[in-house]
Amino acid sequence: MTAPPSPDDGLSPAELAAKYGLSVSGARPGLFEYVHQLWGRRHFILAFSQAKLTAQYSQAKLGQLWQVATPLLNALVYFLIFGLILKADRGMEREVYIPFLVTGVFVFTFTQSSVMAGVRAISGNLGLVRALHFPRASLPISFSLQQLQQLLFSMIVLFVVAVGFGSYPRLSWLLILPVLALQFLFNTGLALIMARLGSKTPDLAQLMPFVMRTWMYASGVMFSIPVMLKEHPAWIGDILQWNPAAIYMDLMRFALIDGYGSENLPPHVWLVAAGWALLVAAGGFVYFWKAEERYGRG
Amino acid sequence: MAEDNNDQMVGLGKAHIPTVIADELHIVYRVNGAKTGKGSATSALSRIIRRGEERGVRKVHAVRGVSFTAYRGEAIGLIGSNGSGKSTLLRAIAGLLPAEKGKVFTDGQPSLLGVNAALMNDLTGERNVILGGLAMGMSREQIRERYQGIVDFSGINEKGDFITLPMRTYSSGMAARLRFSIAAAKDHDVLMIDEALATGDRKFQKRSEARIRELRKEAGTVFLVSHNNKSIRDTCDRVLWLERGELRMDGPTDEVIKEYEKFTGK
Repeated sequence: MTAPPSPDDGLSPAELAAKYGLSVSGARPGLFEYVHQLWGRRHFILAFSQAKLTAQYSQAKLGQLWQVATPLLNALVYFLIFGLILKADRGMEREVYIPFLVTGVFVFTFTQSSVMAGVRAISGNLGLVRALHFPRASLPISFSLQQLQQLLFSMIVLFVVAVGFGSYPRLSWLLILPVLALQFLFNTGLALIMARLGSKTPDLAQLMPFVMRTWMYASGVMFSIPVMLKEHPAWIGDILQWNPAAIYMDLMRFALIDGYGSENLPPHVWLVAAGWALLVAAGGFVYFWKAEERYGRG
Repeated sequence: MAEDNNDQMVGLGKAHIPTVIADELHIVYRVNGAKTGKGSATSALSRIIRRGEERGVRKVHAVRGVSFTAYRGEAIGLIGSNGSGKSTLLRAIAGLLPAEKGKVFTDGQPSLLGVNAALMNDLTGERNVILGGLAMGMSREQIRERYQGIVDFSGINEKGDFITLPMRTYSSGMAARLRFSIAAAKDHDVLMIDEALATGDRKFQKRSEARIRELRKEAGTVFLVSHNNKSIRDTCDRVLWLERGELRMDGPTDEVIKEYEKFTGK
């Protein structure tokens, strides 16, 4: 009906498209092409994460001071409950326990908030997804980058707490960098997986807080796993210690706290940390990419 | 017959190169929690437990089997009553909404004029210009070059230094002007405009109409969605009329608008 009076008469739409080199709109690019596109959007990813971070506290009177004040208050609450009331510091000196607790809270919060932001990365930004063109993985990556920057603010508090309880800067503090890098990779992978699941089932946003809280209590954020599980079969403690959240927390404590030596770490800890990071990051990325062309659908 | 007229309007010398081909396109929205019937928790639970496809989901068939071919140099208007599927069709052409059935073929990457969703009310206008530009896929250098142009065009700074204030402090007209200025700063192959002409005061409307004409010259093909028949007449030479997700008419602007006005009883 709409065919022009030309040699193209009688061609089917698909043939016509092929003749003039038109491509299918909204088709999923290949994996390498996708990575390339994503790299092209790196400035957007960074700017979006920073914008989200700043927008968070822009209405508060104290403004960006809350970036540091929020984690500090968080640490105080946990100290009040687990340090003073429940006395969960079994087998640890006070100089070790308080930085131990604060490190645990901050490191776990990093993973927790990346997962929660991941769930809503697509389903909470449908307007953006339906208005503009960009590799959709930009969103979950940007959100976990935002959480990384949030953690860097928390690290300021953490350093003050560590120094306040007698752990002074030393060479092992340099290990913080690889730990952060590995945990960031792990979190991003997890956020990508959650983003795809959350885009299909937004109900996950209601469910995940409970899952994350269970994970938190099982990972030894406020107690030492080997000490707490002494009377239980060894394999339970082993499993809990090898879970990625516990691994990254323990490594961070080992790097930061003077009295927290390598005897607290499970064997092959760096290998496990790197393994989790690479496995989840690569797996999550491919899993997310597989549904790239379907994210706009509501 | 419609095509012959079209040819004359496009200019006979020009080659007839297709830029957008829609082939039997169907778009279906799925809406959670809008199932008619009992809305109680138990019925929701039983829907989850009951096997079968699409539990508790209501489908909205927004575009039903639309086919057309757009050529380079055309400006195409999309008209139809509210909810007839115009905006949905645009998004599908841009590849932003996955098709249920059928396909859209395009030359290059069509882009929708609009960055509203990427902007954040809590950030300053300045940062929103940068963020919006990056979201549209411009490089940092491009944004730096055009930054002053965007701010001047929006006229935000005419009444004082507003660009360094958060966008939530802007009046709705000011915000709309800044949004349009950011969106119109980029060059596009296939450009799609969704009722963008209606923003701002009279002075700004004139300025944005001029900018759209400029964009049209640079772009290969332009799609315009509008309820304003006058702006369609001014800018478009071909019109697609959608009604209930179906293509009701496709032809030269005057013919289609005349029929449409008869239909709407004007």
